[in-house]
Amino acid sequence: MARVELENVGLNYHTEAGEVVALRDVNLTVKDQEFVAIVGQSGCGKSTLLSLVSGLLKPSQGLVTIDGNQVQGTSKRIGYMLQQDYLFEWRTILDNALLGLEIAKERTPEAMDAVKEMLKTYGLGGFEHYYPSQLSGGMRQRVALIRTLAMKPDVLLLDEPFSALDYQNRLSVGEEVVKILRERKKTVIMVTHDIPEAVSMANRVVVMTPRPGTIRSIHPIKMCDEGLTPLQTREVPQFREYFGAIWKELNADA
Amino acid sequence: MPNAEYSPEHQNYLRRRRLHVLLVRGAQLFLVVGFFALWEVAASRGWINAFIFSQPTRIWAAALRLAREGELWRHLGWTVWETVLGFSIGTVAGILIAILLWWSTFISKVMDPYIVVLNSVPKVALGPIFVVWLGTTITAVVAMAISVSIIVTIMMMHTGFKEVDPNLIKLVRTFGGSKGQVLWKVVIPASVPTMIAALKVNVGLSLVGTIVGEFLASKAGLGYLIIYGGQVFNMSLVMASVLLLLAVSVILYYGVTLLEEKVSRGRA
Repeated sequence: MARVELENVGLNYHTEAGEVVALRDVNLTVKDQEFVAIVGQSGCGKSTLLSLVSGLLKPSQGLVTIDGNQVQGTSKRIGYMLQQDYLFEWRTILDNALLGLEIAKERTPEAMDAVKEMLKTYGLGGFEHYYPSQLSGGMRQRVALIRTLAMKPDVLLLDEPFSALDYQNRLSVGEEVVKILRERKKTVIMVTHDIPEAVSMANRVVVMTPRPGTIRSIHPIKMCDEGLTPLQTREVPQFREYFGAIWKELNADA
Repeated sequence: MPNAEYSPEHQNYLRRRRLHVLLVRGAQLFLVVGFFALWEVAASRGWINAFIFSQPTRIWAAALRLAREGELWRHLGWTVWETVLGFSIGTVAGILIAILLWWSTFISKVMDPYIVVLNSVPKVALGPIFVVWLGTTITAVVAMAISVSIIVTIMMMHTGFKEVDPNLIKLVRTFGGSKGQVLWKVVIPASVPTMIAALKVNVGLSLVGTIVGEFLASKAGLGYLIIYGGQVFNMSLVMASVLLLLAVSVILYYGVTLLEEKVSRGRA
């Protein structure tokens, strides 16, 4: 079943210096509960693609649909995680996790209980009244994830969500996040420039060309289909083959 | 008291730190006491003319006389009241205008050159205009205090609003937040430190505005006392008023610092 569909999507940026074609002829179908990773060089428009799916931007050409309905503005069904946790330093952990619900005016006692429960489940019980500066990078990232999950989105968009973490944390937080997203049966589109990260987490890796960005190739990754976790996937011999193939394609454009 | 858990080396370090703090405090106390003592001696020995320079004991006597006549509290009260009024109105109005400029890029672009020009005008020069328009009333004095602080507030707050991390705003937008929610949930709370900085600047500026206002258009207040004392050559009265003014500014500034500690608790 197709959750997210992009048909001949293109996007042009307008500045006083001229018109920039950021994306061109993008066609992509993401199935329900699929994890799709998009890799490409900086400036190839991969973050722009997420903005289009989230409804923050409107495509210049083509159509973006979720479950067959055209995307028109932001929606609760789509959760967006940015490159850093962007927790508000002046809010407690609980108030940060409730931000989305508060904006949607759904900060009900039941919703609060659900968020508290989630904090407990993901190792943040007892930290509700702490401030972000008192937490480690990995814990902060989990709060950001809970803040997004609190809205109960079907589709999650991850924009290099681990890039602000150090290598050690990146692996362990990545492992956790993938586990959580699989448990909750979310459909995920993740943008990254870290090829091993993409191969270790995704069902399919989409390689994009430099600007104007379009899809160059799509690599199905069989380890993820078999249910291996990211860390387990990194141990499998084929991991290097996938890496090599994708790396060669990205380099061919450089 | 030495803590048994600390090594002798660490205890020694702590002792030296304490001694250093004590030395700084001692030197500070010495400066102020020495200054007044030297002044007193110089005046009583005739090294300086006590009629022109006054003398700490005479200043004290002048202040006591004012207090006995009940005049002290009246003048002090006027100055504090006018400053607080000017400070509050200037700050609130400045923040509201900064919000308007943040909200509308068009208005902010149109207003930009005018704000720059208004900022560079010495607001004190507007004093006589306020007196003609508003009379020699408290309104003229408060108008003076507002005019001195409002433009700086607008500029500081508008800059602060614009410097809020755009990713925090994007986050609120991904949750479907409106512009009003961006303002209330992100821009204003993120600008609290800027707001405190603006308050600190404004306390001093409002006091300047109030005193200048009282110089020009008042029958009461420390500014009036200073001008009056100067005109009748009562330097003890002038000096007493200046010292009281010093005390007022310290207390007002301390008030803002207390507020800062209160709101910054828990922030990074």
